[in-house]
Amino acid sequence: MKYKGRFGDYGGFYVPEVLIPALEELEDAFYRFYEDVRFVTELEQLSKDYAGRPSPLYYAKRFSEYVGFKVYLKREDLLHGGAHKVNNTLGQGLLAKYMGKTKLIAETGAGQHGLATAMVGALFGMETKIFMGVIDIERQSVNVHKMKLCGAEVIPIEGGSGTLKDAINDALRYWTAHVSDTFYLFGSACGPHPYPTIVKHFQSCIGKETRQQCLDEIGKLPDMVVACVGGGSNAIGIFSAFIEDKDVKLIGVEAGGRSLDSGKHAATLVAGRVGILHGAKSYLLQDKQGQVYDTESVSAGLDYPAVGPEHCLLKDTGRAQYVAAEDEDVLDAFELLSKSEGILPALESAHALAYLCSQKGKLDKETIAVVNLSGRGDKDVGIVEKHRPLEQASDR
Amino acid sequence: MKTYKQVFSELKRAALIPFFVIGDPDFDTSLKIVKAAIDAGADILELGIPFSDPIADGPTIQKADIRSLKSGINVQKALKFIRKLKDYKDIPIGLLMYYNLVYQYGIENFFTDFQQAGVNSVLVADLSIDDADEIIAPAASAGLDTVFMVTPNTNTQRMKLIASKTTGFIYAVSLLGVTGSREKLSDMVETLVGKLKGLTRVPVCVGFGISRAEHAVMVASAGADGVIIGSKIVQLIEENLDSREKILSEISSFLTSVKNSIPLRS
Ligand SMILES: Cc1ncc(COP(=O)(O)O)c(C=O)c1O
Repeated sequence: MKYKGRFGDYGGFYVPEVLIPALEELEDAFYRFYEDVRFVTELEQLSKDYAGRPSPLYYAKRFSEYVGFKVYLKREDLLHGGAHKVNNTLGQGLLAKYMGKTKLIAETGAGQHGLATAMVGALFGMETKIFMGVIDIERQSVNVHKMKLCGAEVIPIEGGSGTLKDAINDALRYWTAHVSDTFYLFGSACGPHPYPTIVKHFQSCIGKETRQQCLDEIGKLPDMVVACVGGGSNAIGIFSAFIEDKDVKLIGVEAGGRSLDSGKHAATLVAGRVGILHGAKSYLLQDKQGQVYDTESVSAGLDYPAVGPEHCLLKDTGRAQYVAAEDEDVLDAFELLSKSEGILPALESAHALAYLCSQKGKLDKETIAVVNLSGRGDKDVGIVEKHRPLEQASDR
Repeated sequence: MKTYKQVFSELKRAALIPFFVIGDPDFDTSLKIVKAAIDAGADILELGIPFSDPIADGPTIQKADIRSLKSGINVQKALKFIRKLKDYKDIPIGLLMYYNLVYQYGIENFFTDFQQAGVNSVLVADLSIDDADEIIAPAASAGLDTVFMVTPNTNTQRMKLIASKTTGFIYAVSLLGVTGSREKLSDMVETLVGKLKGLTRVPVCVGFGISRAEHAVMVASAGADGVIIGSKIVQLIEENLDSREKILSEISSFLTSVKNSIPLRS
């Protein structure tokens, strides 16, 4: 490996020997192509014509009136596929193509990354397998169907808690046996080096656009940038452009699940301890011995016990602040954005909105907050309906 | 305490190295099983402490990990387990670990405590040679040998590097994939063992997928110094969970048959 892939002491590539050659090949290809003119041009074209970039920055006036300060939404929910995930899958998919790979595998939680991978699998004519926990298959069934329509095979994973962690375990196991012809299209800014670096690179378009849009449309930088954090890709994507702007607060919102005290949550940075899982050193939800906990969250995309290494460093240095939003508050925020703006947010993204709701009345009315609206909520309508049957919701 | 060196120099044939998950299906039964394996002719033992997310393992060992964790095994009980085994017989023991368990215990303490309990080496499945420095010094100061894995896709230069950092034996993985019993022996074994033997004098033991006496014979004939059998044995536990007696007899007779088939070195 050419680089260590460390963010402070976090990250690295803690994987069995058999995967090292595959990671080396990937690292080599990434650094060979990511600034290559042909590659960059092709990716820009696809981002524009296929995915729909740039995504708008929208001033959510009625939502802002509710919370008492100015809220702008970075509309990643409007991208093809319905989430920021397509930025990464187009980038890595193109990389796979340049590397001459013909088979893609990916893990998925909410199914958004799985769908975005299935889309590029179809686009590039590659055989695609998606690993997904059985619980997630059940709660995100619409996405499962979409993946299949795009021609992907969805492999149900029974092990553990049937969620994202278990899907990654089995995707890694499968990759181990098929390293020579298969490209593992990893879905978040975590896992072994070089994935955190690659995924950040392909998601950094969110931050670059947002920063420019703030300057052009608002005439200044925001006071805070807020994003939900599962593995950390949409958050690092938008944070990355603002890291040097010390006056811009960066806030990552994790899944508080039922509550932090109940232990049934996925708030890794808020409540975890440093450990090693899925090839990287990061904060980790685990018991005293180091056995990894099964996590719980209303949102499948945040239901993960580890987190991207760069977020660990941003937490330790204090450059970013990480908080948790609990399921009930997230559902409130989901309903609020739907009602006030006619925009259904993904439950993942609703975590970031829930944080803003928690700041209602606490911030100056001129405060400008930008939220990464990482995805749309169509996939979550069933879950919301289950938690908040409609008669009840309309009373609120 | 018996060393790997002693075993490899005394033996006139490849060492028989069964693998077990400590505490599978429970502490007491597991202890009986491993003792039976010793009686059946095991020369070295490979033992694993169960982990919640064993990414290098196939379904058989994943299930053993779950059985063991459910029975309440933890690192402290694993220490006790090893002390009891060493009271029974002085046989070299290699631990097979996932890094997080070692890391949470504290790397230095883990190595010291397990060395004192009677362990000869700790192989960390998810720590490659690139980060080996995190464990080499603590292993040396605890008096442990080092064991690292080589896989069929490891390049020559890395093989040399791995050999140079290995004091115990090289764990040669027979195939590209996770653990699990296989009908056929991987066709990569001969090339892999041959290549390693040409590069280094460090002993080479082969594991992953070795499921029959004839596989062991082929591995030994390819020049390996040891044959590691994991999933096949763990499967015998899984298939006979309703009868502890049957587990013992099945494993004994399987290991005896393997032991008797491994040819003397020419
Ligand atoms: C819409 C949406 N936002 C956020 C996430 C969380 O992932 P990350 O933290 O990598 O952005 C997901 C994951 O599935 C998602 O679908």
